[in-house]
Amino acid sequence: MKYFLQRMGFYLFTAWAAITLNFFIPRLVPGDPVQSLIAKYQGQLSTKSIASLYVLFGLDKHQSLWTQYVDYWKQIFHGDLGLSFTFFPAPVSQVIGQALPWTVLLVGITTIISFTLGTGLGVLAGWRRGSWADGLLPVTTFFSSVPYFWLGILAIYLLAGPDSFFPSSGGFDSELVPAWDQYFIPSAIQHSLLPALTILISSVSGWILSMRNMMVTVSSEDYITVAHAKGLPERRVALSYAARNALLPSVSGFALALGFIVGGTLLVEIVFSYPGLGFTLLQAVGAKDYPLMQGIFLIITIAVLVANLLADVAYLLLDPRTRKEG
Amino acid sequence: MEPVLDIRNLNVDYGLGDKAVHAVRDVSLTLHRGEVLGLAGESGSGKSTLAYGLTRLLAPPGVITGGEVIYHPPDDEPYDVLGLSDRALRQFRWAETAIVFQGAMNSLNPVHKVSTQLTDVLKAHEPRMSDHARKARAREMLKLVGISPDRMDAYPHQLSGGMRQRVMIGMALILRPRVVIMDEPTTALDVVMQRQILGQLIELRERLGFSVIFITHDLSLLVEFSNRIAIMYGGRIVEEAPAATIYRDALHPYSKGLLSSFPALRGARRELAGIPGSPPDLAGMPAGCSFHPRCPRAFEPCAGEIPVLGRPDTPDGAGRSVACWLSHPHPGAR
Amino acid sequence: MKSFLRNGKATAGLAILGVYLLFAIIGPWIAPYDPSARGNDLVKGPSAAHWLGTTHLGQDVLSQLLVGTRSVVYVGFLAAIIATVLSVLVGVAAGYLGGKTDDTLSVFTNVVLVIPAVPLMIIITSTLNDVSDTLIAVIIGLTCWSWNARVLRAQTLSLRRRDFVEAARASGERTWRIIGFELLPNLTAVIASGFVGTVIFAVLSEITLAFIGVVNNGWNWGTILFWAQGQQALGQDAWWWFVPAGLAIAVLGMALALINFGIDEFVSPRLRSAGKTKLRTARGRTVRMRIGFTPVLGGAPPPAKEPALAGEAK
Repeated sequence: MKYFLQRMGFYLFTAWAAITLNFFIPRLVPGDPVQSLIAKYQGQLSTKSIASLYVLFGLDKHQSLWTQYVDYWKQIFHGDLGLSFTFFPAPVSQVIGQALPWTVLLVGITTIISFTLGTGLGVLAGWRRGSWADGLLPVTTFFSSVPYFWLGILAIYLLAGPDSFFPSSGGFDSELVPAWDQYFIPSAIQHSLLPALTILISSVSGWILSMRNMMVTVSSEDYITVAHAKGLPERRVALSYAARNALLPSVSGFALALGFIVGGTLLVEIVFSYPGLGFTLLQAVGAKDYPLMQGIFLIITIAVLVANLLADVAYLLLDPRTRKEG
Repeated sequence: MEPVLDIRNLNVDYGLGDKAVHAVRDVSLTLHRGEVLGLAGESGSGKSTLAYGLTRLLAPPGVITGGEVIYHPPDDEPYDVLGLSDRALRQFRWAETAIVFQGAMNSLNPVHKVSTQLTDVLKAHEPRMSDHARKARAREMLKLVGISPDRMDAYPHQLSGGMRQRVMIGMALILRPRVVIMDEPTTALDVVMQRQILGQLIELRERLGFSVIFITHDLSLLVEFSNRIAIMYGGRIVEEAPAATIYRDALHPYSKGLLSSFPALRGARRELAGIPGSPPDLAGMPAGCSFHPRCPRAFEPCAGEIPVLGRPDTPDGAGRSVACWLSHPHPGAR
Repeated sequence: MKSFLRNGKATAGLAILGVYLLFAIIGPWIAPYDPSARGNDLVKGPSAAHWLGTTHLGQDVLSQLLVGTRSVVYVGFLAAIIATVLSVLVGVAAGYLGGKTDDTLSVFTNVVLVIPAVPLMIIITSTLNDVSDTLIAVIIGLTCWSWNARVLRAQTLSLRRRDFVEAARASGERTWRIIGFELLPNLTAVIASGFVGTVIFAVLSEITLAFIGVVNNGWNWGTILFWAQGQQALGQDAWWWFVPAGLAIAVLGMALALINFGIDEFVSPRLRSAGKTKLRTARGRTVRMRIGFTPVLGGAPPPAKEPALAGEAK
């Protein structure tokens, strides 16, 4: 329990750090970015969004930095992330609210599948050294060095097209309206297959490699020799003794690597014009929509923190040494 | 005396081809029923390699390059353990020869309860046994080694070092094996605990009637707890004799050095001398007797020819053997 | 070092990396065209005049690729140097000094580690208008040192307990001398592998930033992909436009990964892909080296009769 509280404290601290970072980044901009934005949008910005822009960039000279910071926190607690001007007059929270489920489902599910599959193959490669599974390694190396988005481009080029089963862009058929019905769901699944495959192929290799190396390391532990000496069936030694222990560092590595993985997967959305956070971020970057960019960064950070917390809970369940009991 | 395990000309290498390191060379040794056979030597002498080689437990790049390990079942023909199929070998392990490993800290799987680790042996070897009976047997074994059965649900990290080693001993005895190999079973423990656990084991051996191969670098422990002692150096056995004989009158200069490296708890006081120099590099073994560069009494044949293990040229030579030119007619004298 | 070079993977990786470094230096000189110069052949496939075809403006893709190598290599290495210096400072200090310093630095490291790096880089670079390659390298360096710092901290912790460090401490040597002369030499491999890993990450990050268009000054491989994606290279079947840049990244990444495998295997030989694992026994059977069942090469012929105990298992 103490371990869990410690982790909670750490995540709250990280969330605070990310939000504070988010507060300061716009204040680093030299000159008056708001004027250039007003010029860029040629009078299309409402007075309300101009006012909120001045607050965002900290150009409101009447307030001290501290009051600005306190106000910023108040806004966040009200779920107010400002107004987006690409999707004007929609508030940022609403734009994000529409994009978030797509990303959580696509990236979340594929990452879990990728981790599970990669770990399984890694167990095989690490246990049966010198067998066919070692042949996975060079292939693995190649795919882990390829940028996710380039693989996505190739996937579209090779597999998608007007006559193909795989649509090349979007999250669902443009003739449909999002709803939980028998038309929309299959269409959404069909559209997510290729992006999911792209993420899977480029991320699975990292898990294979790390699990293989952990298996090799664990295999020389004394308790593995004991398990063999006990005459246990090979399966039990491999899974219940070796893989079970090799999984522990793999799970904590999974949590830590999430921050890195998410970056790559967002790019896949861009290539496929998938209506998630990554694609929205691209639109925000293109339009210099700072409130939206910042909101997305915040949400991604919080999502990663939540995922981390879940991985911690899994670790807690897997490793008896972190459990405190009588 | 009836033999249980007969090791004949066992050779073990690490690595293949030219780069192979010969860790165990031409070792022959017999373990008799009910005895405690001590195996001593510095680290790198090949004593642990020998023990793990018996049941093919050496990790890569270990390779058994020759020899036989003949097991004598109580009422069947003897057979070669090294010739068993993987499946048969898996059945053989733990049921006939159990091992108590070096370093109790890492011998237990940290993520499983003690009970799971005790009962999975039973599940593998006696699949017809009921869950309830398995648990009962596991509890009985814990009681046998002096651990309260309510520790069944404990995880290894919740036990002290001494308790873990007792669990390992209990685990080793759970299938009533005829041979128990103990590889430095108590080095991680304090002296009092060491003796307590070893004493308990010897008592169990008298009750259950198994034989023990006891491996340690601590010759004083061996003298106290074993019947016969074999001393290894550079992958070979250099001397073998009843424990009392070795203690009283070791023939090989290496055995003498080893004996004087440790203070004995009982018996006459002796001077602590130790052995100058360091154990040989197995990859670049000196020609002739591998001990001769460190040997205070080396003379002209030692660097040239390897002495063969055999009965010494002394009046009380029966029942013991030694590999040293001091105790054999050497080629120069022929 | 010698035995490190004997590792096939490492040598192959270093050789490929050498080629990239060479192109980073001479690329802009040997490029046949100005990468931004427009031509009359629009979106044409490979030909004698344009080996890798042209873009929508008739620019030469090969020239863009060659010129872009410098930026990629420059940013990759500069960012990795910054990140490595930071990670050594933070990681070794945390591991060696321990106590409160360690707690503070560890929390700091973990916070930086958990915050998603790529989105952070995207908002920083797009907030700061007009970023140079050097500034990008600095931003990447500042956001991606944490992983290595963590690894170095753990490694330092275990080194600190070793005898030779304890001895140096006991004999009253100054802290900086112990770190400089006792610890760092033993951390070389870990630092090197962290550096190589960071180069990969930095290159991928720079290309990502260029691809989504937040940095757009000068050429790098990401810029090529940005234009290819934006100008519907896919729809026009212009594979020559986006395949070479991606391959260039993949091969560079693979070279660096190979170097790292070399380092890893150098440090812990156990990880080596098992090499020769099949053996031929005296009886002509083939056995495999594996944990739990040591191969038996010589020995007597198999027993005429399988023992009763084994018989039941058959």
